[in-house]
Amino acid sequence: MSVIILLIIFSVIVATAFLIAFIWAVRSGQYDDTKSPSVRMLFDEETTEKDKNNQSKK
Amino acid sequence: MGKITSEEKKKAATEIICFHCGDLCREDHVIFEEKDFCCNGCKTVYEILKENDLCNYYDLENSPGITLKSRDFGDKYNYLDNSEIQEQVLDFKDGNTAKVNFYIPVIHCSSCIWLLENLYKLKEGIRYSRVNFTKKEVYIDFNPNEISLKEVVMTLSTLGYEPFISLEQEEKKTRKSINRSLIIKIGVAGFSFGNIMLLSFPEYFGFEGIDDVLIRKFILWLNVLLSLPVVFYCSTDYFKSAYAGLKQKYINIDVPISLGIITLFVVSFSHVIFNLGPGYFDSLAGLLFFLLIGRWVQNKTYEGLSFERDYRSYFPLAVNRLENEKEEAVPVKNLKKSDIIRVRNGEIIPADSILLSKEANIDYSFVTGESDAVQKKKDDLIYAGGRQAGPSVLLQVQKPVSQSYLTQLWNNEAFKKEENSEFESLVNRISKYFTISVLFIALTGLSIWLAIDMDKAWFVFTAVLIVACPCALSLSTPFTLGNTMNVFGRNHLYLKNTLVIEKLTHVSHIVFDKTGTLTENYSGRITYEGKPLTKNESTWVTGLASNSTHPLSRKLIKQQDLSEFSLSEIKNYQEIRGKGIQGEVDGHHIKIGSLQFLNGKTPAFNLISASEKEGTSAFISVDGEIKGAFRISNVYRKNIKRLIKNLSDRYKFSVLSGDHEGEKEALEKIFPRNTSMFFNQKPEDKLKYINTLQEKGEDVLMLGDGLNDAGALVKSNTGIAVTEDITSFTPASDAILDAERLSDLDSFLRFSVTSRKIIYLSFVISLLYNIIGMGFAIFGKLTPIIAAILMPASSISVVFFATFAVNTMAKIRKLI
Repeated sequence: MSVIILLIIFSVIVATAFLIAFIWAVRSGQYDDTKSPSVRMLFDEETTEKDKNNQSKK
Repeated sequence: MGKITSEEKKKAATEIICFHCGDLCREDHVIFEEKDFCCNGCKTVYEILKENDLCNYYDLENSPGITLKSRDFGDKYNYLDNSEIQEQVLDFKDGNTAKVNFYIPVIHCSSCIWLLENLYKLKEGIRYSRVNFTKKEVYIDFNPNEISLKEVVMTLSTLGYEPFISLEQEEKKTRKSINRSLIIKIGVAGFSFGNIMLLSFPEYFGFEGIDDVLIRKFILWLNVLLSLPVVFYCSTDYFKSAYAGLKQKYINIDVPISLGIITLFVVSFSHVIFNLGPGYFDSLAGLLFFLLIGRWVQNKTYEGLSFERDYRSYFPLAVNRLENEKEEAVPVKNLKKSDIIRVRNGEIIPADSILLSKEANIDYSFVTGESDAVQKKKDDLIYAGGRQAGPSVLLQVQKPVSQSYLTQLWNNEAFKKEENSEFESLVNRISKYFTISVLFIALTGLSIWLAIDMDKAWFVFTAVLIVACPCALSLSTPFTLGNTMNVFGRNHLYLKNTLVIEKLTHVSHIVFDKTGTLTENYSGRITYEGKPLTKNESTWVTGLASNSTHPLSRKLIKQQDLSEFSLSEIKNYQEIRGKGIQGEVDGHHIKIGSLQFLNGKTPAFNLISASEKEGTSAFISVDGEIKGAFRISNVYRKNIKRLIKNLSDRYKFSVLSGDHEGEKEALEKIFPRNTSMFFNQKPEDKLKYINTLQEKGEDVLMLGDGLNDAGALVKSNTGIAVTEDITSFTPASDAILDAERLSDLDSFLRFSVTSRKIIYLSFVISLLYNIIGMGFAIFGKLTPIIAAILMPASSISVVFFATFAVNTMAKIRKLI
């Protein structure tokens, strides 16, 4: 039965790792602005005059 | 590119919309490359973007641009060359790297983000730029050796994204860190809550038979460990606030919350130590998790709108000082007595000073709300806050900025309003009784049980304190009011915080400012008075006016039928700001402007009624003979009459106006008979009047628009700034209202009463939960599992009810 103690310890360690990742994400400012990244990822990179003509977008 | 959309638009609507900014185009609008533009400013931006291959801007959104109708930078940004100012504006500067964060209020769509992040394609030297949409900020990294700060700002301004530069920017940085720590706290509480719940499952299902004492102990101590950050990190704000409240002998909502947290932890901890049971760690972590979410909702205010603006936001950052024959931009706060400064057309005079130039035309509308420009002669004293109209003038500073007339008004005692001492919010009022009654019940339980069963008595005492935790109570308010605020926001009433909703329910007297609040700011009907003009004459006048960008001229043209109007050539055109325009059309000398400017023979007919209101009149002379005058009459906003009628059975009214009495008659038709009206009111008078009303015990709601109302807005119990452009700068106030929606004031006031009722109902629900919980507690039956079910259930159901009720009511009232 005592294997459960080991399992719990592991699960808590993994969870703590995610918590630390979350705290790091907040500290580095990833939650400061939740609107612009969602728009930004839809922008096309570096379009030149030529490929612009071939594009059909919204 | 984008041609299809503009053509579709043409077909869909008979009105032509500007390709760049989406404004309606006048008949005589600019057409360029088959696209319609409302003005040359918009066309220029289009050209710049086209040249630089940035037309993607128009593909992301339709007509995303910002209108550039008033574009006159001139030397406006020269002060940015001053190194002292640069230091204050820049975040970082070292060698060939400079970083700056600008607040740009007009950022509004994805096209804005796209363009602002592609600035590097537009200007050499800009390396990188990034937009924070929520805060409406853009962060720019540039090379100061290639492009100066001034050029960066100019580039932004030419595109319509004029940054708002002020010295108060430091304040913003602190706000950011507060928000982050709250999110981290929610994360930590959620982490502990989830893990403790998981580890407590065996207890929930009554696996008492976990024979292995080691495992049981291990789980319990792990729970203790997990709850430590919840108590010592996540709850610190509640402890601090409760302590601050108690220090002032005042019980706020955080007192019972802190009490609950402490009891929960101490009791649970002692259970673990003395092996009495599993404790209430899951309830504790859950409680904090929900409370913090509630606080986050409460904090989520409108970040794009700033409410704390004072005179400093209006004043220029720098002014041109003359020293040893040399002109140099210096920060305004460095101005000393007897410095000589140059103020250009349209600039605001930053300090009380004496005029050194021959004459000046000062527009005080900014301070007094009066539309007439005042003429000043040499050696006259000019108060700070006036705007020079006309050629640049030299002034000698009399008092430093911090001591000038306007600043003093601002520093009036009345402006230092303390939110909490003046207004006790509903939830704090109730929490006082709540705390007292909970303590009373707990003590009664204790004394009864002491007689029956000594051991159980302490358990009952703590159980009552645990279960009576006012989490539902403290959640119902932020969720109800937060949602109400969202509903108002969608209807263009932006509140400073949720407290304003409660304040709105107490209003007994509404004070209106006239100019700009009841009347429209820039539109007005034009009437002609005097000798009738012949058709030729009116053509000449209109032709002359079409050369001017003055709002009066633009209005004049708008009213003329342009179809049968052929432009004659105008010679010797001259525009003298603040006075008028003149020129020769078909050999006739035409002048439009003030009576003094015309300087013609005394008119042969009676013009007294017009000359009385010279400021809002434009006189016409043809070949030196005064013909008559165009007058602008005030136009009241739509549905004002209906609004007043709807409000009149519940509120008293007053009207304060900085203008003359000319409009009294019109106002009397709108307002009920017992309305008090005051004219020629200076800003202090307005402030004083509000004060007298408050001394009479009235709860005053003030609606105003200009800086001249700023004092009254702050002094009143609730101040709403009415503005035609939400993103433009309004005086400090409790709320900002889009002028278009002024007529909905009645629904707003009614809805705030409704949301107060919803809070009461939520209180009733949470009280029901408390009664059930207390029932368990007082009979000594509150097991951890009951607490673990009851407490989250009450929180969630209250949150659900508050959200649902507000949205349903808003739908019924047609506010969403």
